[in-house]
Amino acid sequence: MDPIHDSARAIAREVNARAVAAVEIADALVPQISRVDAAIGAYRELTPELMRSHARNVDERIARGERLPLAGVPVAIKDNMCLEGTHTTAGSKILENFVAPYTATAVQRLLDAGALPIGKTNLDEFAMGSSGENSAFEKTKNPYDLDRVPGGSSAGSAASVAARIATLSLGSDTGGSIREPAAFCNVVGFKPTYGRVSRYGLIAFASSLDQIGPFGRTVEDAALAYDVIAGKDPLDATSLDRAIESAADHLRGDLRGVRVGIVKEFALSDLDGATAACYERAYADLERLGAELVEVELPTAKYGLATYYLIAPAECSSNLARFDGVRYGLRVDGADVGEMYERTRAAGFGPEVKRRILIGTYALSSGYYDAYYLKAQKARTRIGEDFARAFERCDVIAAPAVSAPAFRFNAKSDPVTMYLMDYYTIPGSLAGLPSLSVPCGASVPLDGTRPMPLGLQLTSPLFTERALLGYAHAYEQSTLHAEKIAAPEVCNA
Amino acid sequence: MPTDRIDIRHVARLARLALTDTEITTFAPQLGSLMTHVDAMTELDTEHVAATAQVVPSRNVQREDAIRPATILRREAALANAPQVQGPYFRVPRIIAEEG
Amino acid sequence: MTTSAMSQIVNPSETYEAVIGIECHVELKTASKMFCGCPNAFGGEPNTKVCPVCLALPGALPVPNALAIEHMIRSGLAFGATIPSHSKFDRKNYFYPDMPKNYQISQYDMPLTVGGAVGYWLEDGTRGECRLTRIHLEEDTGKSTHASADGRLAGATSSLIDFNRAGVPLMECVGEPDLRSADEAVAFLEMLARTFRELGVSDVKMEEGSLRCDANVSIRRRGATEYGTKAEIKNMNSFRSVRRAIESEIARQIQVIEGGGRVIQETRGWDESAGVTHSQRSKEEAHDYRYFPDPDLVPIDVTAETVERVRATLPETPYARYVRYVDTFGIDSKRATQLVDDHRLAAWFDRAVAAAGGKASAVVAFVLGDLARLANENDVQLADGKVTPEALAELVALTSSNAINSKAAKQVLETLWAEGGSAKAIVEREGLAQMSDRGAVEAIVDEVLAANPNVVADYKAGKTNVMGFLTGQVMKASRGKANPTLAQGLLKEKLGS
Repeated sequence: MDPIHDSARAIAREVNARAVAAVEIADALVPQISRVDAAIGAYRELTPELMRSHARNVDERIARGERLPLAGVPVAIKDNMCLEGTHTTAGSKILENFVAPYTATAVQRLLDAGALPIGKTNLDEFAMGSSGENSAFEKTKNPYDLDRVPGGSSAGSAASVAARIATLSLGSDTGGSIREPAAFCNVVGFKPTYGRVSRYGLIAFASSLDQIGPFGRTVEDAALAYDVIAGKDPLDATSLDRAIESAADHLRGDLRGVRVGIVKEFALSDLDGATAACYERAYADLERLGAELVEVELPTAKYGLATYYLIAPAECSSNLARFDGVRYGLRVDGADVGEMYERTRAAGFGPEVKRRILIGTYALSSGYYDAYYLKAQKARTRIGEDFARAFERCDVIAAPAVSAPAFRFNAKSDPVTMYLMDYYTIPGSLAGLPSLSVPCGASVPLDGTRPMPLGLQLTSPLFTERALLGYAHAYEQSTLHAEKIAAPEVCNA
Repeated sequence: MPTDRIDIRHVARLARLALTDTEITTFAPQLGSLMTHVDAMTELDTEHVAATAQVVPSRNVQREDAIRPATILRREAALANAPQVQGPYFRVPRIIAEEG
Repeated sequence: MTTSAMSQIVNPSETYEAVIGIECHVELKTASKMFCGCPNAFGGEPNTKVCPVCLALPGALPVPNALAIEHMIRSGLAFGATIPSHSKFDRKNYFYPDMPKNYQISQYDMPLTVGGAVGYWLEDGTRGECRLTRIHLEEDTGKSTHASADGRLAGATSSLIDFNRAGVPLMECVGEPDLRSADEAVAFLEMLARTFRELGVSDVKMEEGSLRCDANVSIRRRGATEYGTKAEIKNMNSFRSVRRAIESEIARQIQVIEGGGRVIQETRGWDESAGVTHSQRSKEEAHDYRYFPDPDLVPIDVTAETVERVRATLPETPYARYVRYVDTFGIDSKRATQLVDDHRLAAWFDRAVAAAGGKASAVVAFVLGDLARLANENDVQLADGKVTPEALAELVALTSSNAINSKAAKQVLETLWAEGGSAKAIVEREGLAQMSDRGAVEAIVDEVLAANPNVVADYKAGKTNVMGFLTGQVMKASRGKANPTLAQGLLKEKLGS
């Protein structure tokens, strides 16, 4: 058994069969992880002692006869999720020394299923960003090219799985923060239907959009993690009280009879030649697997960015008000409490966070609410209606997850240019739809010479996770794109 | 003119963010540029459209009135991350007036 | 300037009319807080009833308390409010250290109840009604204490915060400006408190903070239709304070107007010891609360079935009970109020009246008279004592049919109090039945007249006041059992008057 390269499915099988102990896995991984992470900076905090103690506990439970779906599987947790006893920083100076006194429900479910917590991964500050560069701490690097970004905001969660220093990881997606880094890092990243996975313990960015989801090197592994974390949580009023259809054991082999929607507004001609060619091949592969390609329209998709960049900042401006130096986190003193608030937040938040708080506050403020926030929520309804209409004619929508492969650090210094990175992923987020990115090959970036990974985005109707994962699995198994790209050199460091 | 769109000082005050002059000069055009994109959305016809209240059709999610001991924090845990504590209390600098 | 001094200069109540609207916050009685599973209980060591949600730790989420919502619906229905079928929670955004999220989960434009009216009565029995604008549901803040010489905010160097109260469910009741005097305002407030107590939705103790209120006060010339500028009065910690503060503010505003000035729209705090209100104007800008629907919570749909189910659980409201006592039973306002204010006593009373076939005034005389005295003397509530409503009803029947006289009745009552049991049985056992048989009494009357020839002579000579003595003799001879009216009647007959 190879704990570095084996799938979650394989590891769990071996540990449950007592062919290998969880503590052996932990011991084997710790030095590998430290070494590789020195090169890519995926982790904010490594928790080897916690990992070992969970490993011991898993072995005890197995010895008592329990069978755990993720027994001994090493997992990384994005650092915007509370894990009791660990620093939970959200990539921000304002929480640099905050130690969580409780654990997020989704994380607890992973741990209860036998997973081993490797540590907390780096992210754009408060999940605001598309490259990982907004972290107040280290810059996580794309394992496939250390001069390029891994994507964001779940930078470290994607990079750790890509670099084989986590088998599974949890990320969060608000406008694309799982799908985009998954595409850039040649891994599977899955965002379930809004409300499928509890947000209790996930540091809120935009409450009506945030969802926790898994990264894995295969669709099957991601599905295994999904099956464990999904389901109603009494501690989250927005979590759905709907039966979960387990996905991992119901993945399909082909796409016969499946209608795949190709969005007219997401024309491949908007992309550079090599990237467009890669996606054309992906669509052709879907057809080869038996799918019927159907043109669908999402006429309001072009308003997605504007809608998102009003709703998300508005909600975040309110969600981040609690970071005020009173009960936890950074405090910069002042002559009075008002001054303390202003200085603390000025020192604690980075520029992107400040920009979004400002925009959000503005969009909600007196005189502007109707024109901006309310209007955006109505636009959002129209976007949802467009998808509903499209899904009358297809079972799943295929689209690029990204417009080009991973860019270089500092390539997108203008914020609005960075926002455009979410162009393909935002509409699905606004509609709350389940959506994922699965590796679909590579193209050479315009400013580079080596091919860099790309991801195919698949989006399906509300509550259809099992089907969606099935389509992705069929595509993945017949193309095996992820394996065709040479494993990152850093893995062999 | 995009830079004048938003009264950044006023908005920053509402959000309790002390901004430097440099930040204000840097942010103004950036936010103005975003608002120009946002203006495009205002052409969308939403006359007879209801605002999305919740993207999934949940209603009436409530909990039974019961104490949940598992989530209650011991005081030490509650105060553990506090920047300043006095006995069993969180301590803050003086409050000047009714904040708003 | 005091109200009495004012009336010497000009009679303010003839020239000016006060317009008052009351807004109050009521902490709901639930086991747990509004949005989390922490205990909802007054007191306790600071920061021991907290969790990630009510401390607003990163990642925490609210889940609404179903009982709090039901309490709201009951409260609204008790005042005849409309319960809209759609409601939601909104975030009210502002920064304050005792408000952990720096927003309060509240309700903005779709509250749980709309409209309704509060019937009240004044001390002299005059009735009135004040309409309600709305009642909505929100969460309470933590409590801050200020490190300063007098514990007040001004001049403090730091503040200490306890979050035990943060997240307690709070009802905000907004009344229309229908009130015209401090008395009406206090009566309105007392009715709210009585009703909420009766419904079991709150303890409404101002001293514990479970009832807090603000008053909006303005004046205008009598006959005017436009409202004057209002001032908001805060920091009234008892019903007495409310009365004093409103009276003081009315007087102040009259003085301002009479002095040629204008009333400024502002917040004023009541200073209990000084007996005046102080301006608390701090900012020129009004609060911009940036209300928006809370995305962590889902909308509330209230079905007609739910409304009817809750309506079926409503008890008789204190106002309805008061009106019933006064209008149906003819009890005077003061005594009706006494009954209404003691819900267990009123329930006991109603049972007794029912058993007594509706003879309310006789029952109330006992309940608020001798029985109240006995209860007081023994430091026991009537409802906890040994006298049953049925026993009292029996006693009332015995006295009203003249089977026993009032002196005997008192004796029976004392025995009932001490032992319980049946009034009839006690009368029989102690032989207290009144002698009402004409023949038996006549025999005694004849004996007395025969034994007191001088007194008889005095009477016939015009000294009619000796009738008392003679009646007394008949009572003595009969060992107190003779029906005194009958005895006196027979005496007069035989003495020929």
